[in-house]
Amino acid sequence: MADSVIELRNIKKSYDKVAVLEGINLTVERGTMLALLGPNGAGKTTTVKILSTLLKPDSGEVLVNGTNAVQDPNTVRHMIGLTGQYAAVDELLSGRENLIMMGRLYHLGKEKSVARAQELLEQFELTDAADRAVKTYSGGMRRRLDLAASLVATPPIIFLDEPTTGLDPRSRLTMWKIIQDLMKNGATILLTTQYLEEADQLADYIAVLDKGTIIAHGTADELKSKVGKERTEIVIEKNANFDNAKKLFDDAGIKINEEERSISIPTDGSVRAVKSILDKLTNANIEIDSMSVHKPTLDDVFLELTHHS
Amino acid sequence: MNTSSSFTNRTSNTLTDTWILIARSIKHITKNPDQLLGLTIQPIMFMLLFRYVFGGAINTGGSTYVNFLVAGILIQMAAFGALTTSLSVATDVRRGIVDRFKSLPIASFAVVAGHVVGDLVRNTISAVVMIVVAFLVGFRPNAGVADWLSIVGLLLLFTFAMSWIAAIMGLLAKSVEAVQWMGFFVVFPLTFASAAFVPTSSMPTGLRIFAENQPVTHVIEAMRSLMIGTPMGNHMSMSVIWFTAIIIVAVPIAAKLFRRHVSK
Repeated sequence: MADSVIELRNIKKSYDKVAVLEGINLTVERGTMLALLGPNGAGKTTTVKILSTLLKPDSGEVLVNGTNAVQDPNTVRHMIGLTGQYAAVDELLSGRENLIMMGRLYHLGKEKSVARAQELLEQFELTDAADRAVKTYSGGMRRRLDLAASLVATPPIIFLDEPTTGLDPRSRLTMWKIIQDLMKNGATILLTTQYLEEADQLADYIAVLDKGTIIAHGTADELKSKVGKERTEIVIEKNANFDNAKKLFDDAGIKINEEERSISIPTDGSVRAVKSILDKLTNANIEIDSMSVHKPTLDDVFLELTHHS
Repeated sequence: MNTSSSFTNRTSNTLTDTWILIARSIKHITKNPDQLLGLTIQPIMFMLLFRYVFGGAINTGGSTYVNFLVAGILIQMAAFGALTTSLSVATDVRRGIVDRFKSLPIASFAVVAGHVVGDLVRNTISAVVMIVVAFLVGFRPNAGVADWLSIVGLLLLFTFAMSWIAAIMGLLAKSVEAVQWMGFFVVFPLTFASAAFVPTSSMPTGLRIFAENQPVTHVIEAMRSLMIGTPMGNHMSMSVIWFTAIIIVAVPIAAKLFRRHVSK
């Protein structure tokens, strides 16, 4: 049996009779990261709040490391770290004071809390600003501090609710690196994001959430293969050549765009397949003006999936 | 599971958590001196206003107006000061830090209690400054040490009870701005429709009946009696009963609201 650390079974939740989650099933295995991908209002934050014991579901079962989160929230709270959408830190206190306070609330003891705060400040590159009030921090620094605060007690299970929303590209990269380091240290992570690229870069598995329902799940590659194969696109300006090329690839499920004078040929994505296209063109003496290879992105997946629903 | 030792453990953890969160609120006082300054200066201005502008026109019977005034102004200051609890609670709740606290293995009661006690410390500082200024403008009480201890006790009890009510308002309010208005609408009538600034005998009948029987008047009259020897009547016992009852009712409500509250 798979070692699942996070398990949601048929979770339903409504606010004021508006259904937010309509029967969610999710499993995250030990040491892996699941990205919960979805647009605003899909129910991502509600899912995280239910997992982190902040909300009770209307029905369904929530298991965190084998513990029922609805019946025994306190046991679950010892095992999880939560980083919400808004930096949940005390603005008036300094970064160091925030971390020490968290350590003490996790009952690490005074000395250990102080040491752990220093460790995290170094790890998250916040030592220069450690003793400044958080209200003077930049958005990226706040998020890093927020994440650090959720890691004070080294929880084995981490929930990250849109950890990079609103960050500049550079801060986002720093955040990604930090999250990847957490993975390397063996944490089990559930991350929510509305950035397809982020899910692709970081997560082992992706679940696509839309209007309170999981509409697809699998690895990034599995999801992409649902949309279609890689395609090689050639552009030919000369009329004669264009017509010849159409005949040449006629059987291969091609897409033709007369206006752009392009032919799109599905391939398995290998270099050999692309080379064979070029060889065919050379043998037929057809000159092409440009060529490009298109991999399906998660954006394609997402648009395709949400389009149908 | 529910052995007495795990109960003791939980209780001592809750006390430690509460203390850590009280320390947080006390740190806020030093990090936000403007708030302390504002909370102290405003009532001093009120005192000067009533002492020098209105006071001459108010007949208080036997005592000088400044002697009459101090009990009322201290209680009004404590009531408005207690409202800072609703602000600090509402700020926590709006900022998402509430989610962090709630995802921690700590008693939800501790977070609210941290604010309430922290604000009690802040209000005590303001009260001390206020009493010093009162002496400077001619306040001459005839209270002994035991009387002063009772005065301090009453003031703390009143502020503590009001802070818990303020915490409830902070948890119920939809926004930080709404909290300020809610507080104003509760505290303004309770402190002005009372014996704080004028003897209730000068009021029209309906208002007088309200003013004479509401808890704020009881605590003001009790403090006034301890300060300058006006008749005590049942004011002391009524004050203790009222504000103890308020605490007994408000604490579990605040804890429950906090547990139920989820940001956004």
